[in-house]
Amino acid sequence: MSSLSSCLLLSALLFSIGLAGALVRRNAILVLIGIELMLNAANLNFIAFWRFGPNPEALTGVLFTVFSIGVAAAEAAVGLALIISLYRHVKTTNLDQVDSMRG
Amino acid sequence: MLFTILAILTVAGAVAAMSFRNLVHSVLALTLAFAGLAMVYLQLGAQFIGFAQILVYIGAVAILIVFAILLTRDAGTTSKSALNASASNSSGWGGGVVAVAVFAAMAWAFHASAASQRALPAQPEATMQQIGNALMLQFALPLEVIGLLLTAALIGAVTIAMHDRQETR
Amino acid sequence: MIETADQIFVILQHWIVGFAPAGVRWILAALFSVIAILGAFGGLFAVTTILERKGLGRIQNRLGPNRVGPFGILQPIADAVKSLTKEDVVPYAADKVVHFLAPVVLVLGAFSVYAVLPVGRNMVLANLDAGVLFFFAVGSVMELSVFMAGWSSRNKYSLLGAMRAISQMISYEVPLILSSITVIMAAGSLSTVAIIEKQAGYTGILPHWYVFTPWGFAGFVLFMIAATAESNRSPFDLPEGESEIIAGYYIEYSGFKFALFFLGEYLGMFAISGMGITLFLGGWGAPLSFLAWVPSYLWFFAKLLAMIAVFIWIRGTLPRLRMDQLLNFAWKFMLPMALINLVTAGLWHFLPQGGLRWLVCILMVVVPYVLLGRGLMQGQRLEKRVYQFAE
Repeated sequence: MSSLSSCLLLSALLFSIGLAGALVRRNAILVLIGIELMLNAANLNFIAFWRFGPNPEALTGVLFTVFSIGVAAAEAAVGLALIISLYRHVKTTNLDQVDSMRG
Repeated sequence: MLFTILAILTVAGAVAAMSFRNLVHSVLALTLAFAGLAMVYLQLGAQFIGFAQILVYIGAVAILIVFAILLTRDAGTTSKSALNASASNSSGWGGGVVAVAVFAAMAWAFHASAASQRALPAQPEATMQQIGNALMLQFALPLEVIGLLLTAALIGAVTIAMHDRQETR
Repeated sequence: MIETADQIFVILQHWIVGFAPAGVRWILAALFSVIAILGAFGGLFAVTTILERKGLGRIQNRLGPNRVGPFGILQPIADAVKSLTKEDVVPYAADKVVHFLAPVVLVLGAFSVYAVLPVGRNMVLANLDAGVLFFFAVGSVMELSVFMAGWSSRNKYSLLGAMRAISQMISYEVPLILSSITVIMAAGSLSTVAIIEKQAGYTGILPHWYVFTPWGFAGFVLFMIAATAESNRSPFDLPEGESEIIAGYYIEYSGFKFALFFLGEYLGMFAISGMGITLFLGGWGAPLSFLAWVPSYLWFFAKLLAMIAVFIWIRGTLPRLRMDQLLNFAWKFMLPMALINLVTAGLWHFLPQGGLRWLVCILMVVVPYVLLGRGLMQGQRLEKRVYQFAE
């Protein structure tokens, strides 16, 4: 059952959900959650292609996912720090209300 | 069969995370999606990635998001205008349409591609020993770069989030 | 005969599983192990509660529980009956679903880490290739349950307690994992069974435990301090400091759910002590070569009880830390020491065997300890304590 296409379908679904969330929701933290979901979908693709690909001994998919998880962690930390810093200035996390360029 | 259950769990968690009004509920649903994804990794034979996913995403990223929510005082108070505001301006529907279109395009691509018709190969080996060797020999430079990136991110995050004492006084 | 006594539970498991048809045997074998884990550590929880109350009582110059049964040893049963029959109060404003899920997640997480803990020779539920990673990964889920409990109760104190608990657990997770990485480096494996096998030999009568190397000793001390903080025990029990925030994140829990939190907390302590035993104290191995005839699981539980005794002793002896002291200690002392210890372990591996190796590695552990300790204590004048109101 868990063939390549079903993995890719799950990944596409996750990516689209994340994309929809990031585009529709107006809270900065929820946008960040959407981006995390999209990153996870990409990771699932790497693992799926490693598992069902022609050359699994090379471990490239697994190692790329390791690095990707590391980058995602860094991205989350910096992103949330930015959100907190933004909140200090404008007292909101709603992205529609952050429309002034004055700090 | 197991994969279907896990996939449904993951997608349900993701949908819930993106649609709940309460931010903390969103994060808890997000951890469900992360956990489901970790199980999928385990089922695909990537033990290391599955456990790393739990450790990093549930143990660190979710907790970090929770902290950010509490520090920005959105906990408890549901973001009233989150959906209403977006529905009133057209970007809300636009975003949904774009996401559906992206999904349709990707699904069509998978369906049409020849790669998905290939037979199931044998379970590949990915022991911790192999991963460790690859990380230390073949992928040593990327590993160092990731280390540098994480250090930079750590310092950067602290600098950005640190309270400006002079300004607040 | 000795062999049979050592393997009696394994033989029992094979005997019971033998009755089942071949298709369901693995399910039955796993079920047997799960029931054994639940029984053994659940029982240990009951024993520990009475030991802790008795021991603390003695340290504080009182008797401790002595009414139920001879010398009060049946107190756990009375406690269980009491907590099961109490009313289960859920606050009106609480988030009902999350409030219910929090203790369940905690206990599930606490029990599932035992899957990779070898309690005796051939006695491990799952010999995973990434066993230690599994342990820490599942252990980090417990942080989330703490947050769920604190947030869903809609109580200022419980939210404060949860924030304290999470920041403490995150801070101490770093030195905890860094100090166990030294052992993983030395053993060359993440599998708990392989790590114990690496420590199996004896020199003379002394075993090859990692705690008997300079980096192993420093790692063990760091690990145990971080483990005390991870399991929220005194002197790191700020998240539930009774005199400050009443009971922290489980303030609004009563009856059975409160008992579940209590259980989860103690199970976490047993699990992390068990991991310390596995990593540094040779797991189920005998401490002296001529004692190897004693069954392996007895050694494991003897070591575990000794660790619990140390935990109780520390709880009865040390006062609670302040929040800033707690975090400063984690980031300014534990983290640098753990990193230096990592380098020491690498050096130990590459230096030739002999006295030079011991000298260099001991210096690399002791010198940073002294310098760091002095540096951090500078500018802090410890004066005679002034009691403002108690005079």
